[in-house]
Amino acid sequence: MRSKSLIRKNRILIGASALVSVAATASVAEEITIATVNNSDMIIMQELSSKWEEQTGHSVEWVVLEENVLRQRVTTDIATDGGSFDIITIGAYEAPIWGGQDWLVALEDLGDDYDYGDIFEPVRNGLSADGTLYAVPFYAESSFTFYRTDLFEDAGIEVPSEQMTYDEFSEIVAMVHDPDNGVYGTCQRGKAGWGENMAFVGPLVNAFGGRWFDMGWNPTIDSSEWKAAINYYVDLMNNFGPPGATANGHNENRALFADGKCATWVDATSAAGYIFNPDESSVHDRTGFFQAPKQVTDKGTGWFWAWALAVPKSSQKVEAAKEFLAWSTSKEYVELVGETKGWVAAPPGTRQSTYDNASYVEAAPFAATVLNSILAANPADATKDPVPYTGVQFVAIPEFQGIGNYVGQQISAALAGQQSVDQALANSQQFAVREMTKAGYIN
Amino acid sequence: MARNVTTSRKSINTIAAGALGFLMFFPVLWIVILSFKTEGNAIKAPLEILLNTGWTTESYGAVQARSNYFKHFSNSLIISLGSTFLGMLIAIPAAWSMAFVPAKRTKNVLMWMLSTKMLPPVGVLIPIYLIFRDLGILDTRTGLVIVLMLINLPIIVWMLYTYFREIPGEILEAARMDGASLREEVIHVLVPMAIPGMASTVLLNVILAWNEAFWTLNLTAAKAAPLTAFIASYSSPEGLFYAKLSAASVMAIAPILIMGWFSQKQLVRGLTFGAVK
Repeated sequence: MRSKSLIRKNRILIGASALVSVAATASVAEEITIATVNNSDMIIMQELSSKWEEQTGHSVEWVVLEENVLRQRVTTDIATDGGSFDIITIGAYEAPIWGGQDWLVALEDLGDDYDYGDIFEPVRNGLSADGTLYAVPFYAESSFTFYRTDLFEDAGIEVPSEQMTYDEFSEIVAMVHDPDNGVYGTCQRGKAGWGENMAFVGPLVNAFGGRWFDMGWNPTIDSSEWKAAINYYVDLMNNFGPPGATANGHNENRALFADGKCATWVDATSAAGYIFNPDESSVHDRTGFFQAPKQVTDKGTGWFWAWALAVPKSSQKVEAAKEFLAWSTSKEYVELVGETKGWVAAPPGTRQSTYDNASYVEAAPFAATVLNSILAANPADATKDPVPYTGVQFVAIPEFQGIGNYVGQQISAALAGQQSVDQALANSQQFAVREMTKAGYIN
Repeated sequence: MARNVTTSRKSINTIAAGALGFLMFFPVLWIVILSFKTEGNAIKAPLEILLNTGWTTESYGAVQARSNYFKHFSNSLIISLGSTFLGMLIAIPAAWSMAFVPAKRTKNVLMWMLSTKMLPPVGVLIPIYLIFRDLGILDTRTGLVIVLMLINLPIIVWMLYTYFREIPGEILEAARMDGASLREEVIHVLVPMAIPGMASTVLLNVILAWNEAFWTLNLTAAKAAPLTAFIASYSSPEGLFYAKLSAASVMAIAPILIMGWFSQKQLVRGLTFGAVK
């Protein structure tokens, strides 16, 4: 009789502990919502996230949007404390601004295994505000010059090992310009936008010794350095660029280069994976690369950009979100991508361990040049003369989007021949002065 | 009196109308063509795409594998039907009173209602977002039904008002003299007479709600996202996913296109209701 009651008690205890453990598991299993952009690296992350779900018991809801829509959507949510997202994908432009606004959770405590020291310093700096890391890098890129090795060889051009100047670059471009055979000397971004033509123009202006603002936040867009840079850009594109260049952004130029229509192209290092992919590119075996050219200075001549993941302060599931970040931006994740999707698809530009990996270096012949470009792109020291801001191709202040877009439109109009370069820069200067005055930077 | 139209003029008109129709339909046709190409082929020159590339359904497979189309589809269906139904429920009595018992300021009220459509939506995004956040209806179908009903209400009221005005008031008076109550008058006399107009109002508003992309993108995240969010998820500035974007677009517009095709007679009849006396 006593043993029966003991058995009953034991059963109750076992049942109760099972219930408690189920309840405990249920209480830690969270559903997090991630807002991200639609590009190859993010799609891979989406596909592999099921492994994280299996490991942790958490689940992920994805909101994938086009970059500009995502920026608007996430900005609205974060500024109003909406709490719709637990993880957001942001760029190197937003991270320091939003971190400084106290909109993001600091990410200094992702665990002992995370190995912060493995993340490249310029990347870390670009995603920090006042020395605190507010977003962890998913992939990072700089810019460099893609060129057609076969055309250079036919023209007898030897690429110098040192960084060439833009003057030397235009001489080379003239030699390989052959529009009769459907090959244009150079393809550069002409489509207006701070993330489009200004991504090329910004580093070009840096190379010519220009800057957006002086130390007193006064715009300097009508300076002689800007005029020299933009005149160079317009002449280069008019003489050696493809027709209708004002419609060409990153995608269009990438397609043109991959189709064999461009002899040179200064653009994102992240495009190398596409250009070297035989399934996507007809010039995969005839492409080389060298640093983006310099002119009066070599500072800020290659841009810096990173897509990073951050946790908004409005999230109710910070711990689960941090767990996901620790997984998706870890060394182990890079290895997982390499092993499951091929090493050429591994997220580039963020960790030293990726570049120490023999499999990656073998699969990505561009790895060393990409690494050098990223390490050389220092957002904190990107101009010849001192400036009060950080950023290579952008200025990390909220007003820059509006100013950058306007200046991009003016330069695009100059490229289309609708106005002179002087007029475009005068309009841009006027606009920038008005915006900076309105924002209280200057009187 | 009918005008004399020569055969050659008729032919020219037919050709011109056909050409115009083709021009308007061409973007949709091109999306359909691209959706059956590989990503590599979809970015080639137009003639090359048409003549030298094969056909494949791989983009449809890829889109379905990556996204839950049916979740977005059911959200779109519920949101567009729900907002239209709710809108009709409010608009029918409103339009009845404006058409048959107009007050001194009825015209002003109608104009004011229409003027709300002229406000740029982004101007009220933050206040509405905050209200939705406080009510806990962000990323819910209920929230979207309410907001889409509100933004389409002026159009529904105006359309119904126009149709109701075409109905002779004497018929309603006769019903009243026969002892019909207000409810009976509206349900048994007014509604049957205005069915073509009401049907076209419903159809048009379902289409408007289905295609609405500002509020549906800004007030949703993962749970209530309709097909507009589904399309937006394939738009990319970094990477050419034209074939998948086209496949997603075709999947999103197909239901409304099919609905429009089958109901075009009703739609045209309703839109031209009262145009010819």
